[in-house]
Amino acid sequence: MLDQTQVERLEAEAVNSAKLRQPLYVARKKIFPKRASGRFRQFKWLVMAITLGIYYLTPWLRWDRGAFAPDQAVLLDLANRRFYFFFVEIWPQEFYYVAGLLMMAGVGLFLITSTVGRAWCGYTCPQTVWVDLFLVVERAIEGDRNARIKLDAAPWTARKLFLRVSKHAVWLVIAVATGGAWIFYFADAPKLLGEVATGTAAPVAYVTIAVLTGTTYVFGGLMREQVCTYMCPWPRIQAAMLDENSLTVTYNDWRGEPRSRHAKKATAAGQPVGDCVDCNACVAVCPMGIDIRDGQQLECITCALCIDACDSVMDKLGRERGLISYATLADYNANMAVATSGGASPVNPALVRTASGSFVDGLAHFHLGKIFRLRTYIYLGAWSAIGLVLVYSLLTRERLELNVLHDRNPQFVTLSDGSIRNGYTVKLLNMIDDTRAEDD
Amino acid sequence: MSNEHIDEISGVMTTGHEWDGIKELNNPLPRWWVITFYVTIAWALAYTIAYPAWPMLSSATNGVLSFSSRNDVKNELAAAEAAKAKYVAAIQSKSVSEIAGDDALREFAVAAGGAAFKVNCVQCHGSGALGSKGFPNLNDDDWLWGGKTEQIHQTITHGIRFAADADTRQSEMTAFVDVLKPEQIAQVSAYVASLSGPMHDKSLIEPGAKVFADNCAACHGENAKGNRELGAPDLTDAIWLYGSGEAAIAAQVRAPKNGVMPAWVGRLGETTVKELAVYVHSLGGGE
Ligand code: SF4
Ligand code: SF4
Repeated sequence: MLDQTQVERLEAEAVNSAKLRQPLYVARKKIFPKRASGRFRQFKWLVMAITLGIYYLTPWLRWDRGAFAPDQAVLLDLANRRFYFFFVEIWPQEFYYVAGLLMMAGVGLFLITSTVGRAWCGYTCPQTVWVDLFLVVERAIEGDRNARIKLDAAPWTARKLFLRVSKHAVWLVIAVATGGAWIFYFADAPKLLGEVATGTAAPVAYVTIAVLTGTTYVFGGLMREQVCTYMCPWPRIQAAMLDENSLTVTYNDWRGEPRSRHAKKATAAGQPVGDCVDCNACVAVCPMGIDIRDGQQLECITCALCIDACDSVMDKLGRERGLISYATLADYNANMAVATSGGASPVNPALVRTASGSFVDGLAHFHLGKIFRLRTYIYLGAWSAIGLVLVYSLLTRERLELNVLHDRNPQFVTLSDGSIRNGYTVKLLNMIDDTRAEDD
Repeated sequence: MSNEHIDEISGVMTTGHEWDGIKELNNPLPRWWVITFYVTIAWALAYTIAYPAWPMLSSATNGVLSFSSRNDVKNELAAAEAAKAKYVAAIQSKSVSEIAGDDALREFAVAAGGAAFKVNCVQCHGSGALGSKGFPNLNDDDWLWGGKTEQIHQTITHGIRFAADADTRQSEMTAFVDVLKPEQIAQVSAYVASLSGPMHDKSLIEPGAKVFADNCAACHGENAKGNRELGAPDLTDAIWLYGSGEAAIAAQVRAPKNGVMPAWVGRLGETTVKELAVYVHSLGGGE
């Protein structure tokens, strides 16, 4: 018997839930995501720390290349048309390495999406990371979900004004830091920082900072889920790359339904009762304002926070975790078939549980083998093949280039003794960061 | 509205338009869209105030930023002139051989001269300075009036047979149609052709040599090597301004063409002429 008294019931309604869903045209409804905690939230904190760390710190890493090249580890030197990446130095005519990397990024995204779904969206996309960061600030200043809803509805007071101004001020500071960090990838970071601080940097530096400050503030602070839902093409592309064996965040209605807030009464009345206690914890944490129990939907970025929310509810109830879980559509369909007698009846939890309360045999459970299938291997193969070719050509590439170009105009000149003179332009590229003698 | 119609499925009002049973929903515009729309209108208005826009009777409003693309061009040209000033001053004060001897100045003069060449000289000498019949090739090592920087400079400055310039390079080949008999012309043409190529009718050469010594050697030299003082071409080499072979030579002997090149200094100025001289000298045949 479920003891529901331990579960806090939230007055949460998904602003984008199926029954409330509005045309795209109406004004946006605000979303106040509650703080989640659990293993996915932990993992996301870690990913956030790593990605933000990479972004802010990379330009400051030094790498000694001798007297003839800059000592910044990662530098896109547009003026001199060189790209430095630690021990690799790319000249414009070697741009195919960049093309190769882009191909790897493309195939890599196919690989990731076809196996673990929209993991890019849920964990590493800058939009997700920065919105997460902005939400941290919002929670620290205005409080968690309920406090924020109350504050939003409250009339303007000195306190509300103070909280709002502080929040936007901190957001702007983050935005400036974000825009500011970008430019250091294109010039010597310590020198440029000095120039920016003293107002002597090139105008393009300030314009870049201003534009990126604006986009960071607007996208991360003001637009948030709207960017993912309405502006970003990636959700549409990913939808085409998912198949029935890709992992997505799934509400397993085959064990959750019929949901009930009064399980005891319902059971006593002989009605079937699923695991979902309709506490709305999953709705309250969702940064996209959707109800995962409506099924797979375009808005879901698979951030897995609803999994964390529901897992802690299930822990309290003494039920197995995974009412909301990463699952493949194939497994979900198979289990739905069991729970509904092949679709003949509504979901009946009695069909998936034995008398003692454990799951019946024959339910599909996830294991790694399911996402490694022919398609995945092809992506993996293509990805590694491009990578190996790139590494091989990088290791064996020539660092000296000699181009001899025959003059086109004049093509040749007849001299007074009747002989012919041909003209050539010789281009010599020494691509090591050092002088070298003629015979090298 | 009396004819208001609500779509049953979406619950949204329709526009009343219907095509084959498909009705158009009358959704309100998204707010951000409307705001953007008004912002663009405000932007457009502000733009017409900031920049020249509104047509008036004789011209248009100037705009408060007083922008003009002519001014932009003027400023950019002034900036380019300022950047060049250092080199131009040096070129003005130095002789062409000094310019050619200084690496930085030569590089600048070759670039500037190349640009001037493309505007003023290619019409006759061709874009690759290859010349054509009657117009000398400037890439080769054969020079009518001399291939040193100074000599080239002199030629460009005052021109060749250019009546308007008193210091122009002057010479004129006689029309020998009035002087020599036709068979003498045939003989001397055969002789001149034999100087640089195999000869078919050997019987003409000996009398031809005599005709040459009597009539031509005064300008072209005993050995037919030409004379640069007079712009008389070397007749023993492989380069022919008016075509090689007996027929072409005979035509030139009978009624010579005397090419004209204008004096450029009045039109281009001393600096550009110096740059042109250095450029032409750099083409590969300079001495
Ligand atoms: S439904 Fe769950 S996984 Fe999807 S966006 Fe919301 S919280 Fe994240
Ligand atoms: S799915 Fe889980 S978190 Fe969501 S309402 Fe049901 S029990 Fe609560």
